[in-house]
Amino acid sequence: MSQSTQEPSVGTADRKDSPSRRFAADFCESRLAVGGLLVFLAILLVAVFAPQISPQDPYDLVALDILDSREPPGTQSVSGHLTFWLGTDAQGRDMLSAIFYGLRTSLLVGAMSGFIALCLGTCIGLMAGYFAGRVDTVIMRIVDLQLSFPSILVALMVLAVLGQGVDKIILALVIVQWAYYARTVRASVLAERQLEYVEAAQCMGLSRWRIAFRHLLPNCLPPLIVVGTVQVAHAIAVEATLSFLGLGLPPTEPSLGLLIANGFDYIMSGRYWISIFPGIALLITIASINLVGDQLRDVLNPRLQR
Amino acid sequence: MSVFIIRRLMQSVVVIFIMTLIVFFGVMVIGNPVDILIGQDCDGPCREKVIRSLGLHLPLHEQYLVFLKNALKGELGNSFKAGIPATHLILQRMPATLELAFCSFLIAVGLGIPLGIWAGLRPESLSGKVIMGGSILGFSLPSFWVGVMLMLLFAVELNWLPATGRGETVPVLGVEVSFLTLDGLRHLILPAVNLALFKLSLMVRLTRASVRENLLMDYIKFARAKGLSMNRIIFVHVLKNILIPIITVLGLELGNLIAFSVVTETIFAWPGMGKLLIDSIDVLDRPVVVAYLMITIFMFIMINLVVDILYSLLDPRVRLGDIKQ
Amino acid sequence: MTRGPVTLRVDGLRTHFLTKVGVVKAVDDVSFQVGRGEVLGLVGESGSGKSVTGFSVLGLVDPPGRIVGGRILFWGHDLVALPEAEWRDLRGSKIAMIFQDPMMTLNPVLRIDTQMIEAVLAHDKVGRETARQRARDALGQVGISSPDERLRAYPHQFSGGMRQRVAIAIALLNRPDLIIADEPTTALDVTIQAQILYEVQKLCRETGTALIWITHDLSVVAGLADRICVMYAGRIVEEGGIDAVLDTPLHPYTKGLIGSVPSRNRRGVPLSQIPGMTPSLLNLPEGCAFRERCPRADEACHAMPEMTVPSVDRQVRCFHPHDEAIG
Repeated sequence: MSQSTQEPSVGTADRKDSPSRRFAADFCESRLAVGGLLVFLAILLVAVFAPQISPQDPYDLVALDILDSREPPGTQSVSGHLTFWLGTDAQGRDMLSAIFYGLRTSLLVGAMSGFIALCLGTCIGLMAGYFAGRVDTVIMRIVDLQLSFPSILVALMVLAVLGQGVDKIILALVIVQWAYYARTVRASVLAERQLEYVEAAQCMGLSRWRIAFRHLLPNCLPPLIVVGTVQVAHAIAVEATLSFLGLGLPPTEPSLGLLIANGFDYIMSGRYWISIFPGIALLITIASINLVGDQLRDVLNPRLQR
Repeated sequence: MSVFIIRRLMQSVVVIFIMTLIVFFGVMVIGNPVDILIGQDCDGPCREKVIRSLGLHLPLHEQYLVFLKNALKGELGNSFKAGIPATHLILQRMPATLELAFCSFLIAVGLGIPLGIWAGLRPESLSGKVIMGGSILGFSLPSFWVGVMLMLLFAVELNWLPATGRGETVPVLGVEVSFLTLDGLRHLILPAVNLALFKLSLMVRLTRASVRENLLMDYIKFARAKGLSMNRIIFVHVLKNILIPIITVLGLELGNLIAFSVVTETIFAWPGMGKLLIDSIDVLDRPVVVAYLMITIFMFIMINLVVDILYSLLDPRVRLGDIKQ
Repeated sequence: MTRGPVTLRVDGLRTHFLTKVGVVKAVDDVSFQVGRGEVLGLVGESGSGKSVTGFSVLGLVDPPGRIVGGRILFWGHDLVALPEAEWRDLRGSKIAMIFQDPMMTLNPVLRIDTQMIEAVLAHDKVGRETARQRARDALGQVGISSPDERLRAYPHQFSGGMRQRVAIAIALLNRPDLIIADEPTTALDVTIQAQILYEVQKLCRETGTALIWITHDLSVVAGLADRICVMYAGRIVEEGGIDAVLDTPLHPYTKGLIGSVPSRNRRGVPLSQIPGMTPSLLNLPEGCAFRERCPRADEACHAMPEMTVPSVDRQVRCFHPHDEAIG
């Protein structure tokens, strides 16, 4: 509709590669994005194998020694077995191990809330887009309403009412995120619905549910993927913020946000490592996801097609 | 156009009603209202008295009406800690938050749009790439971490700026503002930059994407075919087109700034509404929490309404479409 | 040969697009000329390169495309190597362009008068009131009544035909020597189309402006143009006076094109058509690009045919052109 008038039309029969190979090629055009992807995969591995690769189990109270507390990076432990590569915190925990476990928690909460929000939002968006009419209007009003409030406020509201706890955090994050997914899916469905294959499927007598899930959904995936990556990064950031404010996860399973908060008190006295290193870990995680999401968005955006 | 405004006003009123319902039910039904509205150290006959005076013994729908009536009068309970009405407490702290929010807004817009236009015009240049890289950074860094870093760098290491608190204030139209004093400005810089960073990055990215999209449009090609200079094309043709989505986003972002000030105020001990909220949650001063939510929600809806109206004024297609009807 | 001084002469123009999937030869050795007050019809299907030719003449080909060869002589000066600042002087003042879809070419958020006045002020240091007067006159020239009201309006308040008239008025503002019209009536109703064609023709005769009318619709050029160039796959395959070409087409493609116009066919007889599809510009067959669809093709057509001049004022690029006498 708004294609530039000047590009010459090239026959589509020329595209010999499969769509997925072309997609991979387009994605890899940005070295930054590929770098981001690799970094993120590394982080994922660290999070999954945290118990195996941490030098110390930071939540095993027996293993901690209070004499090791607040040591700068590079010191040896009192027992002599470990080197604290990134220093220790107020309880004598090895920061490196704490960060690995923290990554685990952060990613877990982010991914889980993201996944649940994705499923919920997609179903709702599909219904709104496909069934249209009143269902659509009601759902979209709710979505618009929720999206006009900043995520922090929504999360605060939920937590103020329900109190704290891991499950409540995940619930809060799901409530924050589902609307983005719903809106994206609905927009895709509205566009796809006009296309001919939907009519063809209807002519063949397929049930509306089947059409929605088996035919429409796969075609709505590209924007969903883009939104998904951004949302997961956002969820991780929100959770970290909540933890930092003291409203997030309980101290028994600290995420990176809580680690940063704990270290905040020591900044003024020069023991920067307790706060900074978890911060850097958080930053790298979110940045890598955003880099990947950025390139995905550019590659999948029909308006920027060359 | 007035049809449009009236319609939006009605919508806003409906939304406010729904939000009061949600907050009411959230507090009264899901949470334990007795604990929420009555202090910890009140028991036995004290509780009975408070329950009666708060009307908690009445059936639910009557309670809601009482709640609504009080809310309209601005009475949302008394703060446990301070003993004075929660609304007063919040209104006392509001100027500080608004001052912070506006300063951040100015930074985000004043820097964000020019940088975004530059990056959109020269995407392959070094400066363009640096700007985009920087915006990804600003986007990804959780604002609380940036605040910590800023404080570490400028207040602890370099000792250029004060770490916490608000500076000297002078009264303007009955409200205390601090940006008119040098000391006030010094205290304002770090928190304002912290709060602005995320929105700044957002502005840069949005502006750049809009510029890039617009440059591909046919009317830009036509403008070039007319022989117009690049300056005219960018600053009149492209700018007017990108301002519309930007202003929509900006308006919503103002509300966002007020919400996110919660974090910045906590870090920099800025005496605004946000810090009050966190402190209240900490000490379980729930009436203040409820009051904060109600007031913020109300502000939000008002901001959205104003933004919608502004948008309709700016985009001639929306504005004149209404007249035809 | 055209009569009168030559406004534009294009010589062996080549405009290629260097894309990731290969080189697209959108315009490959195109030559033609247009004189004062003359209307040249540039006809071809989509993908034939006619639009890119138009853009090349204005220097509006953007990367990854560029003009890689040939000359564009405007009043004898070669435009190909012109610096951008001089291009800008020409565009909108000496050479103007009208685009296909007026909804997309007029900026929807700016008023008509803004868009017209800026076109004047970009080339002429006159006062705003003078510019506004010129805009009013131009609107009058294209048959738009109550121009003052129209000037204060926005593009979306006009119908398609009206918008296109505004675009034509903008083209006329600075009294150009050459107008390039890229399918300007394709998006309009047939009746509006006829009106606009008539008005444009009248204007060109009166002002002596040369006009290149790019279209895929033969019936449009039939009533409008003095000469016609037929393009196929980036090359001109036939050129000549309009009546001569339409009555006795020489190139098999031209013949097929004329034959497939529905009004030319008889009732009850199946519509004739050219078999096959336009080749992709990335994968042009060797030699004559039309040979895979041509009923007269043979071994010889594997070589590249050059333009020949079978008679006065006729050119054709074919090894087996039709005979003029039979047609």
